[in-house]
Amino acid sequence: MTNPHTKDNTIARSNRRIIVIIVLVALGMFGLGFAVVPLYNVFCEVTGLSGKIRAEAAIEKPQGVDESREVTMEFVTALNQDTPLNFRVETPKLKIHPGQYYTVRFHAENLTDQVVTARAIPSVAPGTATQFLEKVECFCFSEQRFEPHQHRVLPVRFVIDAALPAEIRDITLSYTFFDISNKQQNSSTR
Amino acid sequence: MSASAATHDDHHDDHHDDHGPAKGFMRWVYTTNHKDIGTLYMITSLIMFMIGGAMALVIRLELFEPGMQYVDPGFFNQMTTLHALIMVFGAVMPAFAGMANWMIPIMIGAPDMALPRLNNWSFWLLPFGFVMLASTLFMEGGAPAAGWTLYPPLVLQTGDSFPFTIFTIHILGISSIMAAINIITTVLNMRAPGMTMMKLPLFVWTWVITAFLLIAVMPVFAGAVTMLLTDKYFGTSFFNAAGGGDPVLYQHLFWFFGHPEVYILILPSFGIISQIIPTFARKPLFGYSSMVYATASIGLLSFVVWAHHQYTVGMPIAGELYFTYATMLIAVPTGVKVFNWISTMWRGSMTFETPMLFAIAFVMLFTMGGFTGLMMSISPADLQYHDTYFIVAHFHYVLVPGSVFALMAGTYYWLPKWTGYMYDERLGKLHFWLTTISVNVTFFPQHFLGLAGMPRRIPDYAVQFAEFNAWSSVGAFVFGFSQLLFIYIIIKAVRGGQKATDEVWEGASEHGLEWQLPSPPPYHSWITAPFVK
Ligand code: HEM
Ligand SMILES: [Cu+2]
Repeated sequence: MTNPHTKDNTIARSNRRIIVIIVLVALGMFGLGFAVVPLYNVFCEVTGLSGKIRAEAAIEKPQGVDESREVTMEFVTALNQDTPLNFRVETPKLKIHPGQYYTVRFHAENLTDQVVTARAIPSVAPGTATQFLEKVECFCFSEQRFEPHQHRVLPVRFVIDAALPAEIRDITLSYTFFDISNKQQNSSTR
Repeated sequence: MSASAATHDDHHDDHHDDHGPAKGFMRWVYTTNHKDIGTLYMITSLIMFMIGGAMALVIRLELFEPGMQYVDPGFFNQMTTLHALIMVFGAVMPAFAGMANWMIPIMIGAPDMALPRLNNWSFWLLPFGFVMLASTLFMEGGAPAAGWTLYPPLVLQTGDSFPFTIFTIHILGISSIMAAINIITTVLNMRAPGMTMMKLPLFVWTWVITAFLLIAVMPVFAGAVTMLLTDKYFGTSFFNAAGGGDPVLYQHLFWFFGHPEVYILILPSFGIISQIIPTFARKPLFGYSSMVYATASIGLLSFVVWAHHQYTVGMPIAGELYFTYATMLIAVPTGVKVFNWISTMWRGSMTFETPMLFAIAFVMLFTMGGFTGLMMSISPADLQYHDTYFIVAHFHYVLVPGSVFALMAGTYYWLPKWTGYMYDERLGKLHFWLTTISVNVTFFPQHFLGLAGMPRRIPDYAVQFAEFNAWSSVGAFVFGFSQLLFIYIIIKAVRGGQKATDEVWEGASEHGLEWQLPSPPPYHSWITAPFVK
């Protein structure tokens, strides 16, 4: 065996190398946790897996209406925690033809004496239908401001693309209002 | 205690620092000795086991009968949350880390761990973490109560204790990563001549793989809880739907950590059992290399099955199918291990001392937990089992008669080596039977409760569930109090008794280097490295 001190030095150097590698891996995994956030959002948007909808208006353009097919649209309204609104939809259920434009009217009323700012988050089930839903007009595109006790009609104009796969016969579109009066407008993470 | 009595005392080293431990309390604060640190870890673990156990008894007391009797629902939820966090991070993980510290240098023929000062740090972070976690019980709004999974948005409603919970997790995470660094470095650089990787005892191998899992997933968990923290206090919207975030993302991050974490809790047990069964069957371990590869593949597969905890979040069918098949695949290497243990016992000259009894119970009862896991891996079936007592039964079968039994088996197995005295075999057997019977009385009925639809994490339930819950509570109390006997047996063996031989168990010296050192081993283990044939 060679001089024990050179051996000790090689071990010390090797120890240091292992520590550096492991610490870098650990930091990398910590960073990866954050890096997947935008990736996850893009992934969900492209695939529609999470039922999240792009918050941009589409342009209305007449397209072939598929009269032969009927799809049941259901509309669901919900309030997050204690958002002080009364929120409902005029037509909870609607039979539609893919390719045709429809307007559905939602109603929301501020139940307090204060101004309420709220934001509606849409969600579609099944998630695979998300990419076939186009909205021309929606109150979910921006925050909504309600004066004390104000009652407002909130129309949604949409079309289901005629390319919708045949096996999807029911689509649920739900909106949840979140009270954001107390939070200053914060940048979303996407 | 003199440290000069190394076994191979024919070649005395003249330049080693041959001092024994310092005296008094400060010995434990400053110690960089792997055995001292191992002991500290294990004592901490035992204390946490009793505290977490007391919380479990609060839960079982309330669930003894339907209706609300002893605690309010908020406190009940704090108990379920703290019980899980303390048992996972305070009892099981530190116990394995303690055994790793004590045994790995001895088993690979090294004088100590590679990074002794880091070792001191990684232990001493723990008490701070747990004092902080325990202090949350006295804060405004109480301890965290959203379950150990800390799902948003619920967890964001936690009161003042929220940031303390998150910082506890950060501290414990840093501590585990430091322990993992130390173990990997030690095993890679400190092996005795001739101790090739494929000769490593399985306890060492399983710990190396566990260490890699820790390094890969603890930072992800730390990241996820940091996002919770910024969502609550700094207005980010990682998981806040109103701001464009998605609470389901948290579940993906959590379970990307969480599933490997459950293997962090079981792989070292596989190692312990693989040490014990050959000793008491007086045969070499059957299929050593397949054991190593099976452990490694379990480790790798554990990264790609996380969403079997999320079958009900609305995944597309392709996702449900993928996670179902990937999860079932894990049963293959797990099965390899179980068959190898059974083959090791086959035609062995077996004796049934307490460690072997616990090891055999481990093989049987852990396998049952694996089977219920397999049932839940089938996504259409899991829609029924999810969030019921069935899953509570599943994970308690893999964690109590799994991880905890392996720890008890390991304790009885190595206790004579650690203390130099044999434990009381009669009391050990009594402890085994009390524990094994009561663990089944506690958790077996929970399968039926779950199948009948009783949800988990609730303080009250419908009357048709009363009988099985009463059984379960009775079992839990017997189990809990039986552990006082365990502590008594340990204290008794520490204080004296029949002197243990170096080999301790008949023929054990063929099964590992630890049995070639005196009992107890000198303060510095292998000052002269042994040569491994
Ligand atoms: C063959 C092996 C295994 C399979 C197939 C399996 C499968 C599963 C599945 C599908 C779930 C989710 C159930 C649900 O939430 O509906 C689950 C939960 C769980 N498993 Fe396993 N498992 C296995 C082994 C283990 C092991 C070895 C451990 C730990 C030692 C473990 C600990 C847990 C825990 C703690 C949970 C519950 C987590 C929670 O929701 O709080 N499992 N398992
Ligand atoms: Cu899992």
